[in-house]
Amino acid sequence: MNYSVTKNNKMLSIGLIAFGIAGIAYGFATDHTRVWASLLQSNFYLLAIALAGLFFYALQFAAEVGWSAVILRIPLAMAQYLPYACGFLILIFIFGHHDIYHWTHPELYDKSSPEFDKILYGKKAFLNIPFFIIRLTLYGLIWAGSALMLRKYAMEEDRIGGTENYWKSSKLAHVFLVLFAVTSSTGAWDILMSIDAHWFSTLFGWYTFAGLFVTGMTVMGLLTIYLKRNGYLPKVNENHIQDIGKFMFAFSIFWTYLWFSQFMLIWYANLPEEVAYYALRQTPHFKPIFIINFLINFFVPFLTLMTRDAKRKENAIIVAGVLMIIGHWLDVWLIVMPGIMGTHAHIGFVEIAATSFFAGVFLWVFFNSLSKAPIVAENHPMIEESYHFQL
Amino acid sequence: MSKYIFAIYNDEDVLMQNIKPLRNNGVRIKEVFSPFPVHGMDQIIGHKRTRISICAFIYGIIGCCLALIMTNYMMITDWPMDIGGKPSFAFYKNLPAFVPVIFESTIFCAAHGMVITFYLRSKTLPGVTAFVPDTRMTDDKFVMQVECNDNSKKAELTALLMKHGAEEVKEYGK
Repeated sequence: MNYSVTKNNKMLSIGLIAFGIAGIAYGFATDHTRVWASLLQSNFYLLAIALAGLFFYALQFAAEVGWSAVILRIPLAMAQYLPYACGFLILIFIFGHHDIYHWTHPELYDKSSPEFDKILYGKKAFLNIPFFIIRLTLYGLIWAGSALMLRKYAMEEDRIGGTENYWKSSKLAHVFLVLFAVTSSTGAWDILMSIDAHWFSTLFGWYTFAGLFVTGMTVMGLLTIYLKRNGYLPKVNENHIQDIGKFMFAFSIFWTYLWFSQFMLIWYANLPEEVAYYALRQTPHFKPIFIINFLINFFVPFLTLMTRDAKRKENAIIVAGVLMIIGHWLDVWLIVMPGIMGTHAHIGFVEIAATSFFAGVFLWVFFNSLSKAPIVAENHPMIEESYHFQL
Repeated sequence: MSKYIFAIYNDEDVLMQNIKPLRNNGVRIKEVFSPFPVHGMDQIIGHKRTRISICAFIYGIIGCCLALIMTNYMMITDWPMDIGGKPSFAFYKNLPAFVPVIFESTIFCAAHGMVITFYLRSKTLPGVTAFVPDTRMTDDKFVMQVECNDNSKKAELTALLMKHGAEEVKEYGK
């Protein structure tokens, strides 16, 4: 069975994109720093979702997982957004770097200038514009390239069957996972951590990864339920939903664990250069969001998805999932905004519009990619196991 | 107390297929002992889902509360500590420093509570003689524990079990 893109899907995507463009245009007319910051934040948020889809897909091959075969086309379609996301990322950097990244200002590296910054001068070998663009391109090639190649293998598998393409996917998945282990950390440093270029945290890469993966799993769960309710995935039952729910639950705890580990060590040691990051986020301007972020992303999944029965109920997944994607949006907002905007940052029309734009593109790519191939990988070697999966 | 007889099976598939007809005939199956876990067995013999996860949650809350009281008493009340160069001496302000302790205590109580509850509930505490209807159940046989309160019905029940694939029907320890 193929998914057919409905009129509502198209209207939703176009509506989101149109609203987004209007908001971005309004933003450029008023405060361009705010727009660039929102664009970076929203693009990273959707990039993370697509990347989590790809990571999940690759993981299923590396671990030879059977249960997920019936839903595999959903993370694969999510990952097809990666070429666009990486393209946006490079464009945002090229045109918006002066507003977003303080370290790109040339006067910081001029010894005769009063703005000369000794710390950033020491980081010059890593944080300079050409090398940064090379790195972003490299991430784009690795992530988007893997996504496109894995999709190609999946399409071949549909056409000729057999296990040949399964093993090809598996081999590529292994390579991707090793590269992802490095690029997910360095990518987080580059895209997010270098906003506060004086500050660093060794946990930051994993912290970003945990947020990325839990957001991706949540979106995957919500899309799975959406497709199932429209009658496209008749073989998906509450056992599959429970496993997705487990991922959402487990990685929320993991996110909390890393959030807390990063916060607690910095709070305890109380070193000025480390504390600066949290001191800004603890000012009255950001403190409510700082606390809400933690409460939503920890307590909502913890309390709603703890029991087995809740994980098997689609409605519980939807309630927790919607709150979690809002929570993790706030999390990315809280990583990006304070460093760029200081206490001028707030959540308003421009921020929502920027996310709306990228979400529109994401949904457009997702539904189109999904409609071009059978929605269930019928020739996947473990598809029968997945149909009869029981927990 | 109910009395039981034990039907011994050689093959888990034969056993699985015969449980439903046996239960339909009014046979009350208390337990099945097998050398390895058989998928779906607990549903077929009509066991309710375990409530140990509810126990775990309760033990976790107890552990969490104990640690809250403990850290508050030790670090705030009894001997106020200056934590991380921030002499606030208030519990809620020093909470991040206590979270690892609270977390570990929660896990500790939940894990130990679960293990002890499991041992008590299944009567396998150290020192207790294990309930082993037939030693071959640890090797290659499957043993089904069937309720048989009425001695006059025993022959009839044995015949029914033999008809439904049992290799042998015996009493405990004989």
